[in-house]
Amino acid sequence: MTNSANSEPAGAATGTLTDPPEGESLLRVSGLKKHFPVTKGLFKRQVGAVLAVDGLDFDVRSGETLGIVGESGCGKSTMGRLITRLLEPTAGKIEFEGKDITHLGVGGMRPLRRDVQMIFQDPYSSLNPRHTVGSIVSAPFKLQGVQPEGGVKKEVQRLLEVVGLSPEHYNRYPHEFSGGQRQRIGIARALALNPKLVVADEPVSALDVSIQAQVVNLLDDLQQELGLTYVIIAHDLSVIRHVSDRIAVMYLGKIVELTDRQSLYGTPMHPYTQALLSAVPVPDPRRKAAQGRERILLKGDVPSPMNPPSGCRFHTRCWKATEVCRTTEPPLVPLATGHEVACHHPENAPDQQPGDTKLLRLADGVGTAG
Amino acid sequence: MTDHEHKDDAVPAKKVKAGKGTDAAKAESPEAESPTAESKAESTKATGTTGASVTPEDAAPARGAGGLASSGTAAGEPELEKQPPKAFLEVRDLRVHFPTQDGLVKSVDGLSFSLEKGKTLGIVGESGSGKSVTSLGLMGLHTVGQYGRQRPHLSGEIWLNGQELLTADPDEMRKLRGREISMIFQDPLSALHPFFTVGDQIVEAYRVHHKVDKKAARRRAIELLDRVGIPEPAKRFSSYPHEFSGGMRQRAMIAMSLVNNPELLIADEPTTALDVTVQAQILDLIRDLQQEFGSAVIIITHDLGVVAELSDDILVMYGGRCVEYGTAEKVFYEPQHPYTWGLLGSMPRIDRDRADRLIPVKGSPPSLINIPQGCAFNPRCPYADVPAGGVTRTERPELRETQPGHLSACHMEPEDRQRIWTEEIVPKL
Ligand SMILES: Nc1ncnc2c1ncn2[C@@H]1O[C@H](COP(=O)(O)OP(=O)(O)OP(=O)(O)O)[C@@H](O)[C@H]1O
Ligand code: SF4
Ligand SMILES: [Mg+2]
Repeated sequence: MTNSANSEPAGAATGTLTDPPEGESLLRVSGLKKHFPVTKGLFKRQVGAVLAVDGLDFDVRSGETLGIVGESGCGKSTMGRLITRLLEPTAGKIEFEGKDITHLGVGGMRPLRRDVQMIFQDPYSSLNPRHTVGSIVSAPFKLQGVQPEGGVKKEVQRLLEVVGLSPEHYNRYPHEFSGGQRQRIGIARALALNPKLVVADEPVSALDVSIQAQVVNLLDDLQQELGLTYVIIAHDLSVIRHVSDRIAVMYLGKIVELTDRQSLYGTPMHPYTQALLSAVPVPDPRRKAAQGRERILLKGDVPSPMNPPSGCRFHTRCWKATEVCRTTEPPLVPLATGHEVACHHPENAPDQQPGDTKLLRLADGVGTAG
Repeated sequence: MTDHEHKDDAVPAKKVKAGKGTDAAKAESPEAESPTAESKAESTKATGTTGASVTPEDAAPARGAGGLASSGTAAGEPELEKQPPKAFLEVRDLRVHFPTQDGLVKSVDGLSFSLEKGKTLGIVGESGSGKSVTSLGLMGLHTVGQYGRQRPHLSGEIWLNGQELLTADPDEMRKLRGREISMIFQDPLSALHPFFTVGDQIVEAYRVHHKVDKKAARRRAIELLDRVGIPEPAKRFSSYPHEFSGGMRQRAMIAMSLVNNPELLIADEPTTALDVTVQAQILDLIRDLQQEFGSAVIIITHDLGVVAELSDDILVMYGGRCVEYGTAEKVFYEPQHPYTWGLLGSMPRIDRDRADRLIPVKGSPPSLINIPQGCAFNPRCPYADVPAGGVTRTERPELRETQPGHLSACHMEPEDRQRIWTEEIVPKL
């Protein structure tokens, strides 16, 4: 799919992915959904559902870093918890190393718990304050009943060194550490069982920029040394650019664009991606004027995932929307080599629905359309 | 400013913005903007620096002399120490120290700067560098609020519009707050009361300072809500804060902070909690409103993109002090302080790929109880041994002018800094 030069848009019109190159895919996700019921009243009558993740198709290739980016509420973290099986999917399929893991029970998940690890955003709340660093980092060994060579303590101290802490920190408590150090503790814990895939949900967003850079470098080093595969979830488009090989952009529970770093930042095709990129303030005072001129200002907020807009979910905020956008959902299809987009009127690519009537906005100027 | 003008007439067709509200208002009143644009261009040309400035610490005697010459009489009175300010806002040697059980926390430890109306000063630094305490000091809020009951030790001078604020009595300060000085916080819920409607709170803020009837105040509140881009403002007037999304709450708070046309607006991490597309809307709004009202703005943030976009001048804080100060252009293109280099080196870029590795600042921020001896940055500075004789560990570097209007606090010789910046840092950025 993504890197086969002869990908046929026609064949992909259903929105499902064609086969990735043999042996490269570590994790594959298809039609993945997670709907959270919304209940009301004394009897918890279900009155609706939050469509947090609403049909994702992607794969994660061995050794790569896949970045997942999008605004708050777009379903990034839910996706992360689904692929690590911390959440039960509503629909769809998750395969890890070719094996269907979608509905594995506790027993079946056990070996997988070693291979797939998660790092969380908030180093403050993801570590139990009453446990020492030693017991936090050694917990995975206990849970899995693994006895590392040379003993748990020695292995934990080695891990602490790997992540740039000192073995003497073994008996200390999380509150004695700074934010960056706490994130290192979380990383040491994630690495304990020698995982293949690490899913990191906003691993650096709680950190100051200088500390953030330390952790980004650490993740990079570890990937190279240990051959790790990463899925890194973040809202910061600069961080995502730096860490990712390929990137998926999410909007309201869907992937709207999926491609490699160069293409995404160089020739973005989805209007939402363009708006997102143009909104990021560039740390360069000489670009001030140029940036204001090029900025695409979206109106209003993201619509509620309880009641997402019909057709293309972005149509209520999209300046290119036409009638077809309101009625027909654009499938995620490759429009260039390794560049998948879900849009009827992409930028930097041929229009998929030329000549369609421009959408007249029902309530122009009202930010809460949809 | 200029970018806005361009935005409306030079937008490539495909980039027609989906946003409305503020853009429409802007397009309809271009004449209101142009004078500001001209005067800004003028002042930039004339001085080479823009509206704000920092006084070197060792320039105090000179300042005293200047003040004496101008006032002339009443020699010998202690009040004479306090020379009247030249700028709209002048902060002189501000210190805010909190006594705690563990010792004295020197959150702000000798900070001086000034700011003219119509200009924006960006204050950057890591968490705990004293940015927020500085802004609370300006607001006179340091005795209340987030840090509990401990009363801080305060010294220095804050001159706003010719009035000294640190010695102003609390009633006077209360009057100034909200009328002349107003603040936008990171968390709008800390400024909005959950049990009152958004509209009533704005009305209240207005009527504290204006003797008008409820109807007129209501009209004013709705006008402001509309101005900050709240859809259907008359209807939304009666909403409670929790009924608003994060971005709308932020707008509502901005409406409240602007209802009295403040002359000084302090924005402390105003967009940190927001999504990037909403952040773009809010930054746009702050910039527009500033141009419209000609206020002085202080924007406090850790985001170098945000400062680059909004600020005329930038003040870099480290350990409760200013370590570098200059125009945005100078601070980004010819930074003088190793900490500023560290900030730039740490930052992944949205606009280009960086080399594989970022160049972070090693270690973590200093404790404000035990600020390192000598230069506060020395334990983390890769160049601490460049100046001879270990001076970086024994003597605190003064804030000195290296070029007109560009100041930094570092013991290194200008030639060494120049060489390190161009040869060692720039190639890795
Ligand atoms: N009342 C107080 N008692 C003790 N310490 C205090 C008090 N007020 C502030 N501090 C300390 O002063 C330091 C600076 O605080 P400040 O809130 O200004 O930092 P900041 O730069 O704004 O950080 P952030 O970006 O995280 O908000 C912090 O270490 C803070 O804990
Ligand atoms: S499909 Fe239509 S509404 Fe959706 S992003 Fe593309 S142009 Fe915009
Ligand atoms: Mg702060």
